[in-house]
Amino acid sequence: MTTFTEAAPAAAISNRVGPAAALRHTMTLAWRSLVQIKHNPMELLDLSVQPIMFLLLFTYVFGGAIAGSTSDYLQFSLPGLVVQNMLFATLTTAIGLSTDITKGVFDRLRSLPIARSAPLAGRIVADTLKQVWAFALFVGLGAVLGFRVHTGVAGVLGALALLLAFALAMSWLSVLIGLTASEPEKVQIVAFSLMMPLTFTSNAFVPTKTLPEWLQRWVEVNPVTHLADAVRGLLSGGPVATHATISLIWALGIALVFAPLSLRAFRSRG
Amino acid sequence: MRYAVQAEGLVKHYGETRALDGVDLVVPEGRLLGVLGPNGAGKTTAVRILATLLRADAGHARVGGFDVVKEAHKVRSLIGLTGQYAAVDETLTGVENLVMIGRLLGISRASARRRAEELLARFDLTDAGGRAAKTYSGGMRRRLDLAASLVGRPQVLFLDEPTTGLDPRSRTELWEVVRGLMAEGVTVLLTTQYLQEADELADDIVVFDHGRVIASGTSDELKATTGAQVLQVRPLLGEHLHLVAEVISDVLGDRPDLTGGQATVNIKDPKVVPAIVRRLDDLGVVAAELSLRKSSLDEVFLALTGHRAEEEPAEETSVAEMKDKEEVSA
Repeated sequence: MTTFTEAAPAAAISNRVGPAAALRHTMTLAWRSLVQIKHNPMELLDLSVQPIMFLLLFTYVFGGAIAGSTSDYLQFSLPGLVVQNMLFATLTTAIGLSTDITKGVFDRLRSLPIARSAPLAGRIVADTLKQVWAFALFVGLGAVLGFRVHTGVAGVLGALALLLAFALAMSWLSVLIGLTASEPEKVQIVAFSLMMPLTFTSNAFVPTKTLPEWLQRWVEVNPVTHLADAVRGLLSGGPVATHATISLIWALGIALVFAPLSLRAFRSRG
Repeated sequence: MRYAVQAEGLVKHYGETRALDGVDLVVPEGRLLGVLGPNGAGKTTAVRILATLLRADAGHARVGGFDVVKEAHKVRSLIGLTGQYAAVDETLTGVENLVMIGRLLGISRASARRRAEELLARFDLTDAGGRAAKTYSGGMRRRLDLAASLVGRPQVLFLDEPTTGLDPRSRTELWEVVRGLMAEGVTVLLTTQYLQEADELADDIVVFDHGRVIASGTSDELKATTGAQVLQVRPLLGEHLHLVAEVISDVLGDRPDLTGGQATVNIKDPKVVPAIVRRLDDLGVVAAELSLRKSSLDEVFLALTGHRAEEEPAEETSVAEMKDKEEVSA
């Protein structure tokens, strides 16, 4: 038996991971989260069911009652639905992380000589791509149903960029939930009880002025309102700058609060 | 002698519970240390500290000469870890699970694939390699998990209860794999609740109880510490069992245990055996089986701890519970 230093591969002598290697680890783990879709196209359907269902239900069930016509309502509600779906989708990071922890995969990854951040970053990269898919689905299916983009490609890309920026900030909260929930099922409960009220107490689905006054005050602060308005502006035309700025300030605030908390929870595991 | 694993004074609290209460252990290079103890004895906690997954509250440990805290990354490049929970991604195929680990370890795509196929063949999983791991049986999953921990050709392998929950055949198969690794010079630290497993595989054994090492040595040394050998006599005719019991009681002054159609008794001095045989012969009792053996680890464990090894099933700690405890400690 040779001594350890001789037997170990050269890379093992280093006690740290370079940025190139860290990026490679992240991409490998992102691949791992996405490759399932290749074998099991049903996964893609899972990602798509909620957008399709909500789009159809909201347009045809509430459209007439809320806006007087399904096509007018679609034009109003699609940006709201996009925002709602983006927020719910950030929790896939939490569910995936929590599943890895309960199954022991997280420990296996942490026992490997890879960048500490890769298990988190890999998931976030994969989940971001899923966000892009859901957005494309909304815009595409929306177009079929009668949603009209009045702004052009730059507007659509701008809306996507804003949504992804907010989703990235939210993924810190998601990581915190994933690391601290005792099981994936609990994540679902948190998701539902946090995201449902957050998205419904906004102007995502109904105009603010139809709400009781005390609620209006919250709705005007709620980041979902500003995101929905910014996305409306970017897709249908209308004011964007103020709503986008407020949304980004919210995103920054969320990241500033939850990034340190998540990192603390992450470090305390090892 | 060079030690692949050295731990001194490891302490870990989970709130009020002392999971580890000052554990020392060493594993010489190329040997297999069996860590034996009931559920809740602290075996998994010790493995998690040595595998850099958990920080000890006190004490220190080195693996392959590297400190598990200050040089954790170096330790990680030397070790393989297989836990109680088959830590494979169930949605990926067997091949993909292994390729993923290979890629993470910096192996090229082609080599990672070759290595995966090599390991699948070795673990008799070639046919299942293209199927999602969630379709695997428990034994297959555990083999895949072990294969995953071998992708990087570790020098030190931690096997945390690798056979818990496996059927006897899968267990024997896994033992063969472990023996093969030993033959290649891999150092192994294996935890188990099964005394037979430690007896079969381990060069050295430490016995854990309530977060402490209560005994250590080779299997033979441990058996010798309790001082007792076991005499078993099975008469050819069942109705002679009471005669056997009488003779033994007469000679030893101790009544034997008569379960299973045989008389079993601990003896201190093997010289009494011929006397017993002569008396049985005089009475015309023919023994179908007569054996004198060292006491089993089960009996040793009982003698050391005052309780049987497998009697504390309620203390099973799931990963989730463990996580909760870690948060309390954080």
